[in-house]
Order: sequence, then C-alpha cells, then structure tokens
Amino acid sequence: MGRKSRGHKNTALHIRSMKDPFGIEREAQDRSQAMARFLGWCSLGLGVTTLAARPRVARMCGVDDSPTAQTVLQAAGIRELGHAAALLIPRRRVGWGAWTRVAGDVMDLTACGRAMQTRRGTRRMRLTYTMAALAGITMIDLYTAMRATRGRRMKDGTRVQASVTVNRRVDEVYRFWHDFQNLPRFMHHLESVQVIGDRRSRWTAKAPAGRTVDWEAEIVDDRPNEMIMWRSVDGAKVPNSGCVRFVPAAGGRGTEVRIELGYSVPGGAMTANMAKIFGENPGQQVCDDLRRFKQVIETGEVVRSDGSPHGTAIRQQAKQRPAQPLAMHR
Amino acid sequence: MKANCWVAPNQVAVENVPDPQILNPRDAIVRITSAAICGSDLHLLHGFIPAMKKGDILGHEFMGEVVELGPGARDGLRVGDRVVIPFPIACGNCISCERGLYSLCENSNPNAAVAEAVMGHAPAGIFGYSHLLGGYAGGQAQYARVPFADVGALKIEDDIPDEKVLFLSDILPTGYMAAEMCDIQRGDIVAIWGAGPVGQFATCSAFLLGAERVIVIDRYPYRLRMAREKAGAETINYEETDVMDALRDMTAGRGPDACIDAVGMEAHHPSAALQAYDRGKQALKSETDRPHALREAILSCANGGVVSAIGAYAGFIDKFPMGSFMNRSLTLRSGQCHVQRYMRPLLDRIRKGEIDPSYIITHTLGLDQTPHGYDIFTNKREECVKVVLKP
Ligand SMILES: NC(=O)c1ccc[n+]([C@@H]2O[C@H](COP(=O)([O-])OP(=O)(O)OC[C@H]3O[C@@H](n4cnc5c(N)ncnc54)[C@H](O)[C@@H]3O)[C@@H](O)[C@H]2O)c1
Ligand SMILES: [Zn+2]
Ligand SMILES: [Zn+2]
Repeated sequence: MGRKSRGHKNTALHIRSMKDPFGIEREAQDRSQAMARFLGWCSLGLGVTTLAARPRVARMCGVDDSPTAQTVLQAAGIRELGHAAALLIPRRRVGWGAWTRVAGDVMDLTACGRAMQTRRGTRRMRLTYTMAALAGITMIDLYTAMRATRGRRMKDGTRVQASVTVNRRVDEVYRFWHDFQNLPRFMHHLESVQVIGDRRSRWTAKAPAGRTVDWEAEIVDDRPNEMIMWRSVDGAKVPNSGCVRFVPAAGGRGTEVRIELGYSVPGGAMTANMAKIFGENPGQQVCDDLRRFKQVIETGEVVRSDGSPHGTAIRQQAKQRPAQPLAMHR
Repeated sequence: MKANCWVAPNQVAVENVPDPQILNPRDAIVRITSAAICGSDLHLLHGFIPAMKKGDILGHEFMGEVVELGPGARDGLRVGDRVVIPFPIACGNCISCERGLYSLCENSNPNAAVAEAVMGHAPAGIFGYSHLLGGYAGGQAQYARVPFADVGALKIEDDIPDEKVLFLSDILPTGYMAAEMCDIQRGDIVAIWGAGPVGQFATCSAFLLGAERVIVIDRYPYRLRMAREKAGAETINYEETDVMDALRDMTAGRGPDACIDAVGMEAHHPSAALQAYDRGKQALKSETDRPHALREAILSCANGGVVSAIGAYAGFIDKFPMGSFMNRSLTLRSGQCHVQRYMRPLLDRIRKGEIDPSYIITHTLGLDQTPHGYDIFTNKREECVKVVLKP
C-alpha cells in the first residue's frame, strides 16, 4: 500500500492529516504498517498449513509423539488465522493486530518450553530449532508492534485539514462562522463558545465523565469573507489553533470552506488530555464537524436517523442501532 | 406500534416497536393509511443490499395523515393533511436538491461516510433501505417519522383514493423517469426488461412520452398479459424465445432505439449454466449483482441508442459488454428516482385521468400479513404484481 492510499480516504470531504514540525514519522509508520501486513500474510500461510497438515508440522517441531500436541497445534493454527485477520483486514489499524501476534509468540514459546522438559534426542534437537526460530519471530513481532503503536500515538500534536462545499453565499458562510457561538452546533466536542471581547472568546469542551475543559482563544487574523484565524491564549491545557478560509465556488456552486486545525502539544504527558478533548482521531472529528456544518448551514438542523439518532459521526456509523424508533416518552 | 421488520436474509416479521417521535424541527409524524411492497424490498429481503440490521423497519412506499409536526415544518403542512411521501429523503436546500436531483441530496444521509467508502460519493438517505442509505425506519408500519417534511410530503387536497396516488411515492415516478431517460423521439421503439410494477409504469410512460412501440420482456405470462392489455405493449417471453433474435426481427434489424433495464441486480437467466455462474459469483461476493438483463439490454440496443438502467444495483458487476457499448456509441443513464421532481406533474395527469396507476394492484393485505405479501410477491404466486398494505 502506498502512502497516498492511507489516512482518511474514506471521506469525500477531502481531509488530510499533515506531518507536524515536531514530526510524527509518517514514513516510518508506513514502513512498520507494511511490515505488519507482511506478517499478516505469514500468519495466514502458517495458520492454513498448520491446520491442513498437522501431523507433518508436529513431526517438524519434534512433538509428533503426543496426542495433546495435535490439539495445541490446532489451536495455534486457528490463532494464526486470527492474527492474519487482525493484521490484514483493511482500514483497521494494524497496531493492536501486531500485539496479538506477540501474545501468540509468548504462548508458543511457553508450549515449546513445556514440551522440551519431557523430550530427549532428535526430538529435543528439533524442538530447540523450533524454539530458536520462535524467539526470532518474537523479536520481529515485538519490533513491529512497537513501531506500529508508536506511529499511531499523536505524541507531539498534529494538524488536520478538511474541506467542504456549501450552498450558501460566501458572506453568509463567513458571518455564520465568525459568530463563534455557532460552532458547538456542529462541533460536537464543544459544549459552548462564549464571546467575551472584541477578539476574545472562551471555549468549553466536553471531557469524559461529564467534566469540562475550557480555555480562552483569540482571533489573530480576520479578513471578512476570506478567512478567520484563531489560537488559544497562553495557559490552555492543549494549545490549539485554527484557520478557516472561504472561497466562492465557480459557477454558482456555493462556497468552498477549508479548515485547518492544529494542536501543538509540547510533550507526551499531554497526549491523554488531548485525546480526551479532541478525540482519538482529530482528523475524523473535523470531518464529521464539517459534514454537520454543511447540514446546519444549509438545512438548519443536524440530520438524524433511527440508526444514527445523534447525527453524523463516523464512530456511530460503525455501530448502528436498528432502523426503528428509539423507545422514549413522548 | 406494529411494523414489518427485517430479521435475517429471507425473513421478515411484523413486530411491536416504539412509536416514532419528532427528532428534528422539520420532521412530521405520519399515520400510515397505505403502504406497498417494492421490488427493491426484495433485494433487501434476499440480503443483497449490505448494511442491514436485525430489526430494521422496511418500506419506502407509503402515504397517510400528518399527526404531528416539528416547529420547522408548520409552514407548508398542517396536522390532518393527507400526504404521499417520496422515498428519497431530501433537504431541498443543497445544490443537488436545487437542481432537482433529490435522490442525491447531500445532507439527508447521516451515514454518508460509509456510503462513500463503498460508492465513492454518497447518495441521499432512503426510508427503510439499509444503513448505507441512512438507517431510516421505513413505512411498512402504522406510523413513520418523515424528515424534511416541508419539502418531502406531497399534499393530496381532494378525496382521490389512496390506490390512485400511493404509487407517486416511488414506482410511478420511477417508471416515468426510466422512460424520460430514453429521450424518446418520434418513431422510437422502446424495449423494457422486466414486467414488474416498474416495467409496467415504464411502459405507460414511454407511450405518454411518444414512443411508437414498446416491447416488454419477462417470463411470467400473467405479467406480460398485463403489459399487453393494460398498456398496449408487445411482449417477449424469454423462456420461449431468444430475446435478441426476437428484437432484431421485430425491429427489422435495427434494434430498439432505447432499452430499459427494469430488472436490476437479481436478474434471472434462462440458461441454467449462466444463471449458476452469476449466482455462484454473487454468493462468493466476487460479483455483488447479477446483471444479465443489463448485458442483454446493451447488446440489443440500436447503434447510438440509450440504455436506461432503472433496476437497482448495489455493488459490482461482471462481464460488462464495454466493447459493444463503446464501439456503438451507446449512452447509459441511471439513478434512484428523483421522485420529488415528478410528483406534482404526475398527480396532475392522474387527476386529469390520463393515468390510473391502481391497475397494477393485485393484492390488498393487512399489515399483519406483510410476510405473506413478501412471499407471494417474490415467488410470483397468485399472479401477484403489486401488494398494498393497510396498516
Ligand atoms: N431506480 C429507482 O428509483 C427504483 C425504484 C423502484 C424500484 N427499482 C428497481 O426496479 C427493479 C424492478 O422493480 P419491481 O418492483 O418491478 O420488481 P419485480 O421483482 O416485481 O420485477 C422484476 C421483473 O423482472 C423479471 N426478470 C427477471 N430476470 C429477467 C430477465 N433476465 N429478463 C427480463 N425480465 C426479467 C422478473 O420476472 C420480474 O417480473 C428492481 O431492481 C427495483 O429495485 C428502482
Ligand atoms: Zn421502491
Ligand atoms: Zn438536499
């Protein structure tokens, strides 16, 4: 898989995560993901072989003398297929998939260690080779899992970009956005934004367990019908900034809205805070925000269905309720 | 309330579910007086449309009485109004809606991201038509919530019976759009695959739009008889005659100027071997749809002609005759019907007596008998053409 095909390809809102100056090593992450996928294919091959030719595999490993070994091998074969699924099913982050392989390796090593205690001669020798091979594989798996997980965490902050076209004149769109109190209508992680001065506003975001986090922001650049740029003032728990640009779409097609958000988190310690407020995946979140923005500015409401009663949100799209009314009192 | 729910492939059941309620300002709640089962529901029944969930309420052809309105829907509608509900849910505000492409509304599918992953871009939400198309509860029920009711509900002012206006919700506009996409010129011969409700109305519409002759293709004699007797079509039974030979013969070698596929993704094939090929590929999901009628429509069409694909497809097809299509300058048009665009003009035609769509109704059942309705409609038993439900 090439670089281009990853990221948030699953949306037409055209959204892109960008490398930040502190540097999440995207290249390295891509390489470790490729490695994880390769291991996925290995798991698939191994799983199928183990299940199909159990007696031969047992002989090769030096455990062909025991009936329990057959059961253990069968379980191991099925488990390999599980790893393969975890590593290969598209669009799923491979980080945790690689960790399932590490866990499996540990199980295999333990099983071999047990088998060693009772075996002598050529069987013991073959088992030793198996152990050595397993130890090597464990190292590779561990390395891959660590790389894939490390690449996934947004330690140092991130910037995301997204765009959408809305059927409203540029001045209407600018005015709507400029009134920051409108933002919580479509940015669902926000509880409220209060305008407290000419360029100042107080933002309150929802945090888990009903708590809230707030910070102050100031407009740093404001060009009517063109762009608005803001950033949090010193002292915000998660320093962040945003910029939205408005361009008329040619031929009366409304207005193109491009948004760029940045979260500059100095150290790893803040990561948890950031994830709590901005979600695990700010790219996905900004994409949902823009869809709801379009709904609100064009239709006046956030669209809801029985399957998605809380409105557009990628996470909810994966976990749909049945398409029948919610039980509530009228 | 009671509603007909999807349970598993090939299984529906009437269940007790909560009553719908207003979720958004522009919503209306409609007490349903008549609903219908559509050929599209059969694709859902058979499990060929992805993203169905146990408990999904089916049905996208329904009408009834407004019993509750959100604050934003009160301008055009009143409680007590009699309304027909178009199957695509459309906001009326986005560019697609403004251009009359209502089934491509850019706002009505809250699950657009999933639809984009499958289709590239997302179409509108549709009642009772999978979570890919929004996850909306459908209208084979006693009540339904209608979003954007201010643009999505057609008011019926007079006491014209349900049976004459119910099909404005889908298949009459759909048949009409199928014919309209053919861009019919004087002297044109139109061939239509499928003599189901959509094929029947495409036949009437093709004549209304000036077709010289219409040839309908199916294998059920009773459906072909209806197309002949009620709409004046010529017919071909594809189990008795080779379709392409017959069409070449009936058009003196030219081929029909326009071909309508009113069959869709579950086409049947007279050759057992080829039917098995497509069914097998469909079962293995290496081909989601069985496009036999579409292939035949393309190969049969006159040079420079139009193929109008109104039958529903969900995913990918195999062996698309691209060479024939390209070398012979054919045009392919398609789409879920932009129902809202056709409702008023077709209502006028019904009022003037130019069309009486009620002739296709063969069965009227209570809501409790819906599973039986699905059975006779899908298995073409009791000479079933269209089932109307009275909740
Ligand atoms: N585009 C839209 O907006 C829209 C709206 C409604 C329905 N549809 C679709 O239109 C199609 C027809 O709907 P319907 O309600 O008439 O369904 P239906 O099942 O009653 O009719 C389909 C007919 O096609 C016939 N058929 C099957 N294989 C054939 C073949 N190879 N050649 C010729 N005829 C063949 C069947 O015998 C049947 O009579 C379905 O795919 C449905 O989903 C599309
Ligand atoms: Zn339909
Ligand atoms: Zn719209």
